Amino acid sequence: MDKVDNIILVLSGKGGVGKSTLSVQVALGLLRAGHRVGLLDVDLCGPSIPAMLGVEGAEIYESEVGPGQEKGGWKPVYTPLNDDANIENKLAVMSIAFISKNKSQPVIWKGPKKTSFIKDYFINKVQWGELDYLVVDTPPGTSDEHLSLIESFKMSRTKALIITTPQMVAIGDVRRELKFCRKAGLPIAGIVENMSGYVCPHCAECTNVFSSGGGEQLAEKENLPFLGRVPIDPRMAELLDSGRCFEMKPTEDDDDSSWNAINDIVNKLKEIVSG
Amino acid sequence: MSENPEDAPEHCPGVESQDAGKASACAGCPNQNVCASGEARKPDPDIPKIKEALMNVSHKILVLSGKGGVGKSTVTANLALALSQHNEDDENVEVEPAEVGVLDIDLCGPSIPRILGVMGEASHGSASGYSPVYAADNLCVMSTGFLLGEDEAIILRGAKKNRLIKDLLYQVDWGTLDYLLIDTPPGTSDEHLTITNLLSQVGVSGAIIVTTPQEISLLDVRKQINFCKAVGIPLIGIVENMSMFVCPKCSKSSTIFPRIKGGVEGVANEMNLSYLSNVPLDPVIGKCCDQGKSIFDEHPNSSAVAAYKNLATSVIKFCEENQDFVKSSN
Repeated sequence: MDKVDNIILVLSGKGGVGKSTLSVQVALGLLRAGHRVGLLDVDLCGPSIPAMLGVEGAEIYESEVGPGQEKGGWKPVYTPLNDDANIENKLAVMSIAFISKNKSQPVIWKGPKKTSFIKDYFINKVQWGELDYLVVDTPPGTSDEHLSLIESFKMSRTKALIITTPQMVAIGDVRRELKFCRKAGLPIAGIVENMSGYVCPHCAECTNVFSSGGGEQLAEKENLPFLGRVPIDPRMAELLDSGRCFEMKPTEDDDDSSWNAINDIVNKLKEIVSG
Repeated sequence: MSENPEDAPEHCPGVESQDAGKASACAGCPNQNVCASGEARKPDPDIPKIKEALMNVSHKILVLSGKGGVGKSTVTANLALALSQHNEDDENVEVEPAEVGVLDIDLCGPSIPRILGVMGEASHGSASGYSPVYAADNLCVMSTGFLLGEDEAIILRGAKKNRLIKDLLYQVDWGTLDYLLIDTPPGTSDEHLTITNLLSQVGVSGAIIVTTPQEISLLDVRKQINFCKAVGIPLIGIVENMSMFVCPKCSKSSTIFPRIKGGVEGVANEMNLSYLSNVPLDPVIGKCCDQGKSIFDEHPNSSAVAAYKNLATSVIKFCEENQDFVKSSN
């Protein structure tokens, strides 16, 4: 971890708001902008990242034991897999999904085992190399996984990216998460409001399926940067579900709001991190 | 089953094992003497207390999903409302509405109080335990949400969550209930191990699994189904939430979550489970949840209400036709 310049912890109190989706999109956005990027999936129970990137079956390569070492390190999986591009231009990915032989078998671990796995393997064993950004996808809540990350990362180079949907049911949980961040001394980069509006393909009416504006109001109330809104996009959902995230590109329609929204978020994030 | 202590070594044989305290891995463990004495193999003293607290609860039902944000709390709350308002049987004969309770063990993100319109209320203690909060005459709720301030987080490591869940089970004056629905957080973690272990010793009717049509959610559903099978909890079936979006302007349906393979029905068939109901993605559901209003009152003729009523009917039938699962003690 010594050669990782910036760590972005993607958090939410609430489940299912799009942490994994946005972790992948932000990581890809940073990669497109020419940075060296890693993506760590710390969700041990429901690791979605490899499936979204289409690298579920990839194996982790264990490097040879070097001088002064007791055991070899793990190389992250570099994706796209079959691309001839230099490793520096690929996304370095790590997830428990690469280790589980059977993706239908649950990981049923109690807190202490989760903590020691995260610290011993994800933090200390993976050889990330030099990275400008490490994006870390987390499970919902404020539990063992989050505590083990807070204990392991230097807060001076870590920032939280908070994801919410617009509804009050989500906002309530996210407020708790903000309190957790402040208690832990974790600086907050800002808030993203996901699933913000859906445009009916039949009549073009935009419906606020999960209400509206909650994320921006929360950012204002908490005096935090509001990084943007990402609409519900069935096309993005389909690409993620079929592991074809790398195929996401703007459509011919100039007003491709999910593509633009994500690029805006990435740009604002970079400014805040370097500022 | 007792919890392995937080400071147990990596290869701890387990506190209930015959080798507890005696294996080579135990050397140096602060709990070695306790384990070697056989203390940890004694039956959990909280189980009889939980049994007593729940002795007048006829059916306990877990609501699970692997994935977060698929609508477990929404489905739990609306199923509770549907059960509490169900007043006709299959032959249209009037029946007494059921007494229903909801226990929200999502310690980090307790949504049930908001959804059922009882956020901000307090639970009062008495000699017979903490009183649940009543959302209706025959619908009561207990949640950590009542114990916390609005923004307070519960930041607990595994073992302490076990204690809190036990307290929520036996320190609450549940009274007589036909159904107790238990809303859970996403995943297969300490909370799930604790609640399934406790319920399988006191009796449980089964689990309902909630999912959206997305493949990303179905990946986690398969894990959750295998988890239930591993711990012996019967499966009532699957609910497909957010199945189709119905436009409030033009009333046409569209698919927000395209099905890549067989969808939820495919998984239900593959894993031999009942497909219980499919609930549309209707903006009024989210709005009612946020405002703590009942969709049964606000939009009684909506397809969402029909779907929840359908679900309630399936659950009632399952409970009538199947005995509770109780793990036999050795």
